[in-house]
Amino acid sequence: MAYSDKVIEHYENPRNVGTLDKNDPNVGTGLVGAPACGDVMRLQLKITDEGVIEDARFKTFGCGSAIASSSLVTEWVKGKTVDQAMTISNKDVARELALPPVKIHCSVLAEDAIKAAIEDFKKKRATRQQP
Amino acid sequence: MLKLPIYMDNHATTPLDPRVLETMMPYLREDFGNAASRNHAFGWKAEAAVEKARKQVAELIGASDKEIVFTSGATESDNLAIKGVLEFYKSKGDHIITLKTEHKAVLDTCKRLERVRQERLDELKLLRLSQLADRDVQPEELAELASRHDIENDPTYRKWAELPTGGARVTYLDVEADGRVSLEKLAAAMTPRTVLVSIMFANNEIGVLQPVAEIGKLCREKGVLFHCDAVQGIGKVPFDVEAMRVDLASITSHKMYGPKGVGALYVRRKPRVRLAPLVDGGGHERGMRSGTLNVAAIVGFGAAAELARTELEAEAQRLTRLRERLRTGIMEQLDMTVVNGSLEHRLPGNLNISFSYVEGEALMMAIKDVAVSSGSACTSASLEPSYVLRAVGVEEDMAHSSIRFGLGRFNTEEEVDYVIRLMVDKVRKLREMSPLYEMAKEGIDLKSIEWTAH
Repeated sequence: MAYSDKVIEHYENPRNVGTLDKNDPNVGTGLVGAPACGDVMRLQLKITDEGVIEDARFKTFGCGSAIASSSLVTEWVKGKTVDQAMTISNKDVARELALPPVKIHCSVLAEDAIKAAIEDFKKKRATRQQP
Repeated sequence: MLKLPIYMDNHATTPLDPRVLETMMPYLREDFGNAASRNHAFGWKAEAAVEKARKQVAELIGASDKEIVFTSGATESDNLAIKGVLEFYKSKGDHIITLKTEHKAVLDTCKRLERVRQERLDELKLLRLSQLADRDVQPEELAELASRHDIENDPTYRKWAELPTGGARVTYLDVEADGRVSLEKLAAAMTPRTVLVSIMFANNEIGVLQPVAEIGKLCREKGVLFHCDAVQGIGKVPFDVEAMRVDLASITSHKMYGPKGVGALYVRRKPRVRLAPLVDGGGHERGMRSGTLNVAAIVGFGAAAELARTELEAEAQRLTRLRERLRTGIMEQLDMTVVNGSLEHRLPGNLNISFSYVEGEALMMAIKDVAVSSGSACTSASLEPSYVLRAVGVEEDMAHSSIRFGLGRFNTEEEVDYVIRLMVDKVRKLREMSPLYEMAKEGIDLKSIEWTAH
């Protein structure tokens, strides 16, 4: 199967690979997918108290399209507010990377990862606010 | 001087040996005759060339030339062997035993025969229920009326159901953890209705060699025909239809450096094995496979078979050495790697390794100058990883992480060393990017995590 140039570009030069401190109260971690399905995505977002995403890091076990999808969303979410990031949909990712139908699940995973990371951040914040 | 890309996928197909191409050329040019033209020199020359090739193929497997039926390839040979035997021996029985790790050409042929039997039984049920209800029962009423009349225990229906259906019942045996069949389990699966055992010689994914001689002996003792899909093993490892007591064997040319589109079915003559043909027509190949012979391809197939036979021993040793160099080179430098399937009973050129925490397709993309295969099914719509790896007990995540290397006649030590360096570098890079590798290194048990399957 042929990959689009954008998938290849992100795969060969992935942006923002790495790990943030998951115990940092400003870091939300989203871990989605399953090893048995052949893809697991971990997206970490560092979010300011004002709700702006100032940093993003990912690590992904999966095919080239899964890695490219994760890399792309780390670029997209940086500088966005949490609410803006929540509007990123898998369709945007699939369109940008020209993913074929069998690879749509990779973009779904990327959207899920953003939502899971933000949810984790919100949960942390809620527990922090409780006395 | 190393030339890229490197071809290391010789289980999929092999390049045409230039010596083979040489022998084919005249038959694509001036010697174009039809081997069935008995009345002029063009036909005689073509026929002589085909008969020479038939001898060359027969000699490779210890058969007589009269036992070779040329086909379009091994898929056709598998279909002809299984459907042909079931059809011809339908009054004797309709039970087939095969393995879960067989090639799709065998498995899907068996599934088709199961479906034919099921459809026939449904027709018989309709007929019988119509009698019992004294009216025309419609197909959509079948399920309901069948249970109301307890059709499975109706003596008349049961008698009808024992008649030949034109289909088959099939047992798909599990293999052991090393990928080999258990002879005890095979013997236990045989019934008085068993007419055919179909078990491959060498597996196309993990290269595991089945105990063909022992299977042949058991089948002969039990009076069951033995078909062997020998595509991957013939020409790589010694294969002898007499010593191994094989009754039918599927062979293809393009896995032994011959042209594509031609193969053969070995059909034993003593004791004689009979087949109903799949293709009717001019009665070529002693009526077992009609259709004008593909002379040039058959000539190439013959030449390839002869080369494989004369070079087999030296080539097997060379490939085993290269394979071991590749295996140790990779595994000494990378932790958490596993060889899938038996190393002892294995094709010389096959290596199938799972690289934990790295996905196979991503790895193939990273080594795009090297042609290999993966058991990861990321490219297929089903997302199911290799059924062969699953059958030998490889966990799904490890199946997604597998790479199959198929070494062949034209691979060199220099290429192997290049691939070792590349694999080590790329696996390390992808592991740096893998959340699973990081978690495993931290000592987190990945099985303890509740994953969100999608």
